[in-house]
Amino acid sequence: MYKVIGIVDRVLGPVVHARDVVHAQMLELVEVGEERLIGEIVKLQGNRISIQVYEDTTGLAPGASVYGSGMPLSVELGPGLIGSIYDGVQRPLETIKHRAGQFIPRGIKLPSLDRERRWPFTPAVRQKDAVSGGQILGTVPETQRILHKILIPPGLSGSIVDIKPEGEYTVDTEIAVVRTAQGDRPVRMFHPWPVRRGRPIKARLPSDTPLITGQRVIDTLFPVAKGGTVAVPGGFGTGKTMVEHQVAKWSDADVVVYIGCGERGNEMTDVLQEFPHLIDPRSGRPLMERTVLIANTSNMPVAAREASIYTGITLAEYFRDQGYHVAIMADSTSRWAEALRELSGRMEEMPAEEGFPAYLPTRLAEFYERAGMVETLAGEKGSITIIGAVSPPGGDFSEPVTQHTKRFIRAFWALDRDLANARHYPAISWLDSYSEYIDDVTPWWTREGDPEWPRFRHEILDLLQKESRLQQVVKLVGADVLPDTQRLILEVCSLFKNTFLQQSAFDKVDMYSTVPKQVKMLKIIVMFYRWGLDAIQKGATLLKLRKMKVVSDIMRMKFSVANEETEKLDALAGRLEREMRRLGEIYDISEK
Amino acid sequence: MISVKNEALSSREYRGVQQIVGPLIIVDRIHNVGFNELVEIRTSGGEEKLGLVLEAGEGMAVVQVFEGTTGLSLPDTSVRFRGEALKVPVGKEMLGRVFDGVGRPVDGGPRPIADERWDVNGVPVNPTARTYPKKFIQTGISAIDGMNTLVRGQKLPVFSGAGLPHNKVTAQIVRQAKIVGEDVSFAIVFAAMGVKHDVARYFIDNFQQTGVLENVVLFLSLADAPSVERLMTPRTALTIAEYLAFRENMHVLVIMTDMTNYCEALREISTVRGEIPSRKSYPGYLYSDLASLYERAGMVEQSTGSITQVPILTMPNDDISHPVPDLTGYITEGQIVLERELAQRGIYPPIAGLPSLSRLMKDGIGPGMTREDHAHIASQLFAAYAKVKDVRALASVIGEEELTPLDNLYIKYGEAFEQQFLSQREDEERSIEQTLDLGWQVISLLPKEELQRITEEELVKYYGK
Repeated sequence: MYKVIGIVDRVLGPVVHARDVVHAQMLELVEVGEERLIGEIVKLQGNRISIQVYEDTTGLAPGASVYGSGMPLSVELGPGLIGSIYDGVQRPLETIKHRAGQFIPRGIKLPSLDRERRWPFTPAVRQKDAVSGGQILGTVPETQRILHKILIPPGLSGSIVDIKPEGEYTVDTEIAVVRTAQGDRPVRMFHPWPVRRGRPIKARLPSDTPLITGQRVIDTLFPVAKGGTVAVPGGFGTGKTMVEHQVAKWSDADVVVYIGCGERGNEMTDVLQEFPHLIDPRSGRPLMERTVLIANTSNMPVAAREASIYTGITLAEYFRDQGYHVAIMADSTSRWAEALRELSGRMEEMPAEEGFPAYLPTRLAEFYERAGMVETLAGEKGSITIIGAVSPPGGDFSEPVTQHTKRFIRAFWALDRDLANARHYPAISWLDSYSEYIDDVTPWWTREGDPEWPRFRHEILDLLQKESRLQQVVKLVGADVLPDTQRLILEVCSLFKNTFLQQSAFDKVDMYSTVPKQVKMLKIIVMFYRWGLDAIQKGATLLKLRKMKVVSDIMRMKFSVANEETEKLDALAGRLEREMRRLGEIYDISEK
Repeated sequence: MISVKNEALSSREYRGVQQIVGPLIIVDRIHNVGFNELVEIRTSGGEEKLGLVLEAGEGMAVVQVFEGTTGLSLPDTSVRFRGEALKVPVGKEMLGRVFDGVGRPVDGGPRPIADERWDVNGVPVNPTARTYPKKFIQTGISAIDGMNTLVRGQKLPVFSGAGLPHNKVTAQIVRQAKIVGEDVSFAIVFAAMGVKHDVARYFIDNFQQTGVLENVVLFLSLADAPSVERLMTPRTALTIAEYLAFRENMHVLVIMTDMTNYCEALREISTVRGEIPSRKSYPGYLYSDLASLYERAGMVEQSTGSITQVPILTMPNDDISHPVPDLTGYITEGQIVLERELAQRGIYPPIAGLPSLSRLMKDGIGPGMTREDHAHIASQLFAAYAKVKDVRALASVIGEEELTPLDNLYIKYGEAFEQQFLSQREDEERSIEQTLDLGWQVISLLPKEELQRITEEELVKYYGK
């Protein structure tokens, strides 16, 4: 398949130039030198090309051959993806380990999908059926949770002339033959797809269902809709990766694609070792049975880092096309942008802001636009939600990657250094974050949560704003001079931050909260304010309010009430009401 | 000089260079030279230097010279391309020896008999082959053990500033670090980049006093050595560390000081090459480059050894958002930040309460590892100390007399935290129990209602005890 298309004449780290080139295509997959390093053609100029190489180029010398593949960089889509860990160009890291040991050697080539493994296949079409791209040919139970739907590759249509009966087959078995206008085409259980091209859909749909993440600050204050886009910016140590991990673990997506892009190796190891042991509360199955990992750690070649984002989103699109709701975490998009910058610099392109290429915003837009709620070619509903971490240098949100990302996302979970320093996690700032999805998902919350939910949410956000203004005063003169009605706001906000916004990722009860638990906790805190204000206006003091027995129970409710026993929260709300009323009555009587 | 005679076949020698720019030379009329290849350069006076190919073109190559280009002339310089990347001899023999930045002995001893020669650039570890670090290392320093716990296989840098006692703190870590109840073979690899002679001396004396010198490999590329050599120093050091950890199954602690000097050498080369600069003129690939060093910490399957890294860097102008600390913080698993204000108040070790962090702490502490209350008491100490900072800010505006009784308790807690918990002598080694008990002692100055991050049971067991 590979033939010589040119000769290397310049090696500049991950960028290699070649001369005397014939028959090269833009973005064609090539192999370079005797070690057959994988690369991609990124520039064509006369008979010269520039190649970005996905592996370390040490020792590569001018004069080496460039081998063309005639096709673009593609991924293999078929059964076996779930539970796997791949590098940035979809090489299976687990298999590489068995083949080559602890380190990743250069030039190693292994199929992304296991060719030996046999999968139980059940056909969904019969002979003579008319089929077209994206249609479901049959199913494979890939894990107990994911029924893998074998799709006709997009672009192919005709009638089935042969289909294998129910049975066990390897991925490269020809399971069907489709008669097209151009002749008979075999269809296997997997098909390749170029990573840089979005997979076709029938239509885009509006989204009104939130992606429930189990994280209270996200779901209640800054929700994201299924099919939405979110950026999570934060300086180092503010907990970006923890937020991404929590969402990967507890969100109600069907499939999770986690891209570790230029981040720590140990973080991927953590996921690999932890996920198989964590049980998804919704299906009762290990989380690994819905997860695909892409790892290009920071010490792996930089060009593959640029590709890893596209590899990840293409896998996500494939599961979306099967009618699943997919959440994709990209940690971190800044490392991807930096890879882009490094490659651009090596190709001697004109830099724009802070050395980033001028096409940075275009690339970001292309990536985020691949999210969305869609009607698939098979007529089903599927979605991709993108949650992209951003690592701004110095924690300064005015830098190009954060700023450009903001143009293409609709929810923004800003991580705050001061919160992280006080070990308030998740350190999502309630003042700087926003979500444009709130109007879209409000009907869902009023239906599934509480009819009063929008009012509760609005009230607490309002109190948080008031509190931040009051804090300015407190910083100057102390809290003592404020009247009790205003100090109540400080008190309620402090309660809300400590008991509601702060959520422990390590506590068995607190690590995720169901919708009913979130709604009821929110309600208790809002009611604390309303009833408390009433009591104070009747003459009670804040000190009395604070000393109520029920307060310490409210403070610990996130730990003491499990997700399955939220009726305890109703009882707690009842107690709060009684104690408050009693307090109010004492003063009412004494005044009279 | 690293030279292995039987490899002469693959090497080609050329006479004369075309251009010399700063630490770079450009050689032309050559053939078949690979990227990143090792180069030997000999001056007319017979002095030998080493270099690396930064760019390989047809008939030309750009070479960076580690020892600097002083004394080189265009026609009389001979250049030999070695046909391989820079490799260093590795072996247990190297323990107790002193080398320069590229692995040549400088202690007057003979060249070590190498078991093998390894490529200094290393090979990326397959993430699936890593073992997640979980073993608590007791440093005997409360601020670290109690609040920013170090675990085996972690990379935890010390962020410091000029004039702060980072060397003392690091030396204390080296002296006291141990796994409780374990006695295993360990080694220290020490890489000095651009630091002064007396700093190197301080560490060597320290190693000598503790009697560990025979377990130390030193790589010295001091302030007077050419800056380009610094680019190789940490790589050489980490290569030895990898050998000792993954081949000889030793537990290796790697100290690299000062990473800021390393980054400056990188910037120097980048500028000379006319690359597009990024923040503060550092090259755009500074992150990737630093990652290629820091990511060499850790543990891998099928080996019982480990590499724990404690890089030291000085923050220019104490600015934590400067590219060097900033990008380091993005790669390493936390940071120990030294604070000038604490140091000026005479508190040793001046480890800043809030910005310091250990990301791997969560997995190294708790029942069976340290104590069941560790996570909660640590979190509470942090939260209360954050509140102290607010109260102090308030007190500086309205005066301490105007503070509420509760705020005054926080002031008292803050004092106790800094003077009793943080502060300790340079030779004081506290067990983890002592550290945690001390934590309870200072937190008990606050009323129980303020301690929201601690469970009832823990309060009953430890509060006010």
